[in-house]
Amino acid sequence: MRVGVLALQGDVREHERMLARCGAESVAVKKPDQLEHVQGLIIPGGESTTIGKLIESYGFVDAIRERHGRGMAVYGTCAGLILIARETVEFTGQPLLGLMDIVARRNAFGRQVDSFEADLRVPVLGPGPFRGVFIRAPWIESTGPDVETLSTRDGRVIMARQGNLLATAFHPELTEDERVHRFFLEEVAGTHGKRETCPDIQSGVRSSTRRARPTPSAARSSLA
Amino acid sequence: MTETGTLRVKTGLAEMLKGGVIMDVTNVEQAKIAEEAGAVAVMALERVPADIRAAGGVARVADPTVIEEIVKVVTIPVMAKARIGHFVEAQILEALGVDYVDESEVLTPADEENHIDKWAFKVPFVCGARNLGEALRRIGEGAAMIRTKGEAGTGNVVEAVRHMRAITGEIRRLSGMRDDELMTAAKELAAPFELVREVARTGALPVVNFSAGGLATPADAALMMQLGADGVFVGSGIFKSDDPPARAKAIVQATTHYEDPKLLAEVSRKLGDPMHGLEISEIPKEQLIQYR
Repeated sequence: MRVGVLALQGDVREHERMLARCGAESVAVKKPDQLEHVQGLIIPGGESTTIGKLIESYGFVDAIRERHGRGMAVYGTCAGLILIARETVEFTGQPLLGLMDIVARRNAFGRQVDSFEADLRVPVLGPGPFRGVFIRAPWIESTGPDVETLSTRDGRVIMARQGNLLATAFHPELTEDERVHRFFLEEVAGTHGKRETCPDIQSGVRSSTRRARPTPSAARSSLA
Repeated sequence: MTETGTLRVKTGLAEMLKGGVIMDVTNVEQAKIAEEAGAVAVMALERVPADIRAAGGVARVADPTVIEEIVKVVTIPVMAKARIGHFVEAQILEALGVDYVDESEVLTPADEENHIDKWAFKVPFVCGARNLGEALRRIGEGAAMIRTKGEAGTGNVVEAVRHMRAITGEIRRLSGMRDDELMTAAKELAAPFELVREVARTGALPVVNFSAGGLATPADAALMMQLGADGVFVGSGIFKSDDPPARAKAIVQATTHYEDPKLLAEVSRKLGDPMHGLEISEIPKEQLIQYR
């Protein structure tokens, strides 16, 4: 499976490293026409205002919306979560992709001195805790009816899924734990490629298939 | 268990800034221009390095009011400079809620022997370096991000190039060494052995390395990116030029698309005059900032 990492600004390399470890091919996406050649797109951590301005300058807003409309899965981490959101709590005028029916609150957990790491409970990843790294992190203030909450912290939604869209407020790419990326590749993007190179996939991600979830097409049609 | 101020959280913010431009700003208006242009962070200062150089005297941490005002108006991270070795200035910046402290040679050093013990802080630090040994000593003291020193306030990129080539060249040299050569290499670099061994093994610095000190044009930014920088700081180069908003935006685009000469040509058009710039050899050696 070939997955793009939006490479305008942010921690692109860390996502590419994770994808490689999962046996997926990664492409650093710098131009909109590259979206044709990927089945999924990761919008990395970075500064959401900066990435927002750059996606607007280079015609990515319509291109990503259009390509997502034709089935491309999208995963946003931190800044990426903000960019795929329908809106943010504070009006900043920054361009948003508006793919996912969530409202994001920027820097919700505070400034850098409040940045933290903590063990999270993420049932879809299996019983073991997931080390969440939160850096000036947002949270999801509210979710639409088709959005499935996958993890919370202190009552705040920090991981959610809507069809073939995935969002995390934290940075799995800064850890050595591949389970979120495998979940994106295997479940959210909807293909089960390269299983032979991911031997430990049985333990965590695949157990989540027992839970019913909306199909990608159903979720997409619910978005205006 | 929830932990704040971990090395991963400190270096993690620097990872998020990669591919971006950090701009020096001295007031709220400049901070807004920088954010609007697409800066990934701003460095809050009382005076840009060119003015510090011109003014002479002792340069200290900025007035807390200036920093607080800037923290209030932008949503991007705010950095601020403390004097080398002045851990109380750093404590003040941490208390103000600054996102990164630059222990900077641009200000007048407060301690000519020792740097700040950066492990003692929750706020992360960026430090300047001219070579790999200096970079690894700062990392050993707890720096979570490195930048080349260059020669600040000159608008002349030559020293930034020298320092970036020194660091990447020394990393390549270490990568080719046998294990039994690393202790002598550590001695020569005057750097902690464990860090020397890690660099030799991974072929990279353990933290993000930006370029700084004399960048003034989009082409300068792209040059430093092609030489291996993870991102760039632009100090005097923006707000000492003719058209700061246009130049700031152009430098952001050049840093993203540093390998695309056609786009670099496009964004370099009609920016007005860059800052005037200084020839390094005409500056008396005792006035060079990089040796602090």
